[in-house]
Amino acid sequence: MARLTINGRSIDLDVSPSMPLLWAIREEAGLTGTKYGCGIAQCGSCTVHLDGAAVRSCVVPVSAAVGKQVTTIEGLASGSTLHRVQQAWLDHEVPQCGYCQAGMIMAVAALLKDTPRPTDADIDAKITNICRCGTFQQVREAIHAAARA
Amino acid sequence: MLTNTPKLSRRSFVIGTAAVGGGLALGLNLPLGASVVRAQDGSPEITAWVVIRPDDTVVIRIARSEMGQGTLTGLAQMVAEELECDWTKVTTEYPTPGQSVKRKRVWGDFSTGGSRGIRMSHEYVRQGGATARTMLVQAAADAWNVPAAECSAAGSVITHRPTGRTTTYGKVAEAAARLTPPASVALKDPKDWKLIGKPVKRLDTLAKLTGAQVYGADLKLPGMLNAAIKDCPVFGGKVKSFEAAKVKGMRGVRHVVPVGDSAVAVVADTWWQAKTALDALPIVWDEGPHAQVSSTTIAETLKAGLDADQAFVNNRNGDARAAIAGAAKRIEAVYAYPFQNHAPMEPMNATARYTPERCEVWVPTQNGEAAFAATTAASGLPADRCEVYKINLGGGFGRRGAFHDYVTQAVLIAKQIPGTPVKLLWSREEDMLHGRYHPVMQARLTGGLDAGGKLTGLHIRLSGQSILTAVFPQMLKDGMDFLAFQGLHAKGDFAIGYSVPNLLVDHAMRNTHVPPGFWRGVNINQNAIFLECFMDELAHAAGQDALAFRRALMANHPKHLAVLNAVADRAGWGKPASPGVFRGLAQMMAFGSYVAACAEVSVSGGDKVKVQRIVCATDPGHVVNPAQVERQIAGSFVYGLSALFMEECTVKGGRMEQENFNTYDSMRIAQMPKVESIIMPSGGFWGGVGEPTICVAAPAVLNAFFSATGRRIRTFPLKNHGITLV
Repeated sequence: MARLTINGRSIDLDVSPSMPLLWAIREEAGLTGTKYGCGIAQCGSCTVHLDGAAVRSCVVPVSAAVGKQVTTIEGLASGSTLHRVQQAWLDHEVPQCGYCQAGMIMAVAALLKDTPRPTDADIDAKITNICRCGTFQQVREAIHAAARA
Repeated sequence: MLTNTPKLSRRSFVIGTAAVGGGLALGLNLPLGASVVRAQDGSPEITAWVVIRPDDTVVIRIARSEMGQGTLTGLAQMVAEELECDWTKVTTEYPTPGQSVKRKRVWGDFSTGGSRGIRMSHEYVRQGGATARTMLVQAAADAWNVPAAECSAAGSVITHRPTGRTTTYGKVAEAAARLTPPASVALKDPKDWKLIGKPVKRLDTLAKLTGAQVYGADLKLPGMLNAAIKDCPVFGGKVKSFEAAKVKGMRGVRHVVPVGDSAVAVVADTWWQAKTALDALPIVWDEGPHAQVSSTTIAETLKAGLDADQAFVNNRNGDARAAIAGAAKRIEAVYAYPFQNHAPMEPMNATARYTPERCEVWVPTQNGEAAFAATTAASGLPADRCEVYKINLGGGFGRRGAFHDYVTQAVLIAKQIPGTPVKLLWSREEDMLHGRYHPVMQARLTGGLDAGGKLTGLHIRLSGQSILTAVFPQMLKDGMDFLAFQGLHAKGDFAIGYSVPNLLVDHAMRNTHVPPGFWRGVNINQNAIFLECFMDELAHAAGQDALAFRRALMANHPKHLAVLNAVADRAGWGKPASPGVFRGLAQMMAFGSYVAACAEVSVSGGDKVKVQRIVCATDPGHVVNPAQVERQIAGSFVYGLSALFMEECTVKGGRMEQENFNTYDSMRIAQMPKVESIIMPSGGFWGGVGEPTICVAAPAVLNAFFSATGRRIRTFPLKNHGITLV
């Protein structure tokens, strides 16, 4: 049994402590906004926040999340007010298929928390998610817009 | 947003989130009218494309699949343009393939590949909107007892011009739905378009930002079980045996089942349980007849085709062989293009529920009708007992269009557990091992120059796989795969942009046991590299500027030339670039559109390539939504440059060696060049957008790399030469 706090809510899960956090979030907590893309921390589709830091949840065991605040894409907005990254994404029409975007947004939200006005070099170093549709041009524009917001 | 409703237990049935809602009911002869077709909520259908709700909401039906390319918004713009409705009140929904069958394909083709979404349906979707507008106006005129000619519509409001009386679409929809549709309607002149050609916002963005959008992999149905699968990793192999008892006691595991004769699935309460048990399941494979095939043996087979006497001739004028033999200078080069996987971010998946009476499938698909065909075939049930509900796609790129192997598998699993919905989700590894790969192709190009450096003869010999032979053999023309020649045809949507006095383009078909597929751009990807890099080689051999050399051959191809000139002008071709920056050009026609690119690269240490800037032009005839065209162009360079620098699936022991993104990489934001789009629709035709510009990415960058380094690279990806994208 593991007690997780996801988006401010406590949830007791009867799972193996070694289960990847991704699958606890998707299948046990039922929050499917966090995506499976590779399972080996390559693509970043599964990015969530652990105590505010971006992690690739497909390789984080549930045991490592116990006692920490897990934030998923579903918990990023404040009620009906979008997070500024989500708002910038909406304004700049970033998503194409959208599958990788939850992970991309979570990675960017964590970046802006640490680096409020990132340079292009900061973005290049910190945002390493894969997007096969190829939204990077709009991602970069929207990151700068969110930083200004 | 739309998607489709599982009509399992009617309206009490709720799935996950509102993103899987709406839906379309076939309500002939239901409560309110004798011959009115009604949507599921009872609102009347005016035409098959348009439902108007009493609150003036306009529901536009979209037969093609949205997979990120923006076709949903673009097609809605086209219907709305003629409908003259209030754009802010537009929503969309997908008709189902089963409904299409019952209504004799009233929505036409569902296939969403070949950049066809808009270019192949622009006329009938606009007619659907115009017909509905005509009927709505007529209904208002009838109510006012005035001639329809005195009434006009705009923004979902109908006005009787002489009196100024107004009403709305929602108020007259019931009456309009009862009218006999006009036999014909006139479509607007493009100069009068108000919505087509405008960069309106996509209709489907918000749910993708909040986690609310339900993709196939996210679907939840009551009582659903989850399946993980392993198909024999050697193509053509089979399952010899598996030891279900070893994993049956594992947590959550419900079933261990064979799937056809080549795969095994574990079905469990959750997918993670299924995957964990599958990894522990002992399986013995019969690897079949291809277990010794490797990339090396395949390359040898293709190489032999370069010299074969027999080849399919697609494009010939004059006598290329004689012209080259008699040329003052003869230039030859051999190129090779590898297998590549589509690798959409969402791995293949499908959910199926089977009973002997009915089979239903929920699937992210580029072609609902093809998914439907797979469902009927695998279930063994007649079409009227099957249904397919399209769910949002996490990318397609061609993998989810002609191929529904995962639908077949899901149905075969569900058949063994009647009544229980089963969601089959492939692991990334399964996705990489069981693609429908970009075909392998080699090419030998031979050109002859006269003493003045003029091209007198060109022979392009292709040798490699035929997609049609493997997928749609009925489309072969006397055995010839005309798709192999995309971009090299004499005329049509894939016409070569050069007039060569003596030209021969032929294909020695050399098929392999690796299943080929339609990969975003299909065969223009390699053909553009072959043609456009060789044009650079010829120009270099002739001692001429790459742009001038091309222009001399393009006098009869003004639209090809126009996009090439546009990128050259914008990039400043002929003027000095910044220090250390080198340029390369490419142009092509594909999927009905004319495209060109100028790449600017810098190279450090001889092998670290920074693509500083791409200027890309496209003339697709008409443009529906320039903001989305711009995004498709930028995105196509991510796909095209990832392919050029990083992507190859190699064969060893009859199977693919790459199993995940750690060995099959994809471009990251740090490697993304600045892409400047020039969208220059010349009118009068409809070309595609999603694919064409990919093909100029690689040759433009390769030609710039040559300018920078003097090195011609002719086999791909570039990582095999130690060249990296930085």
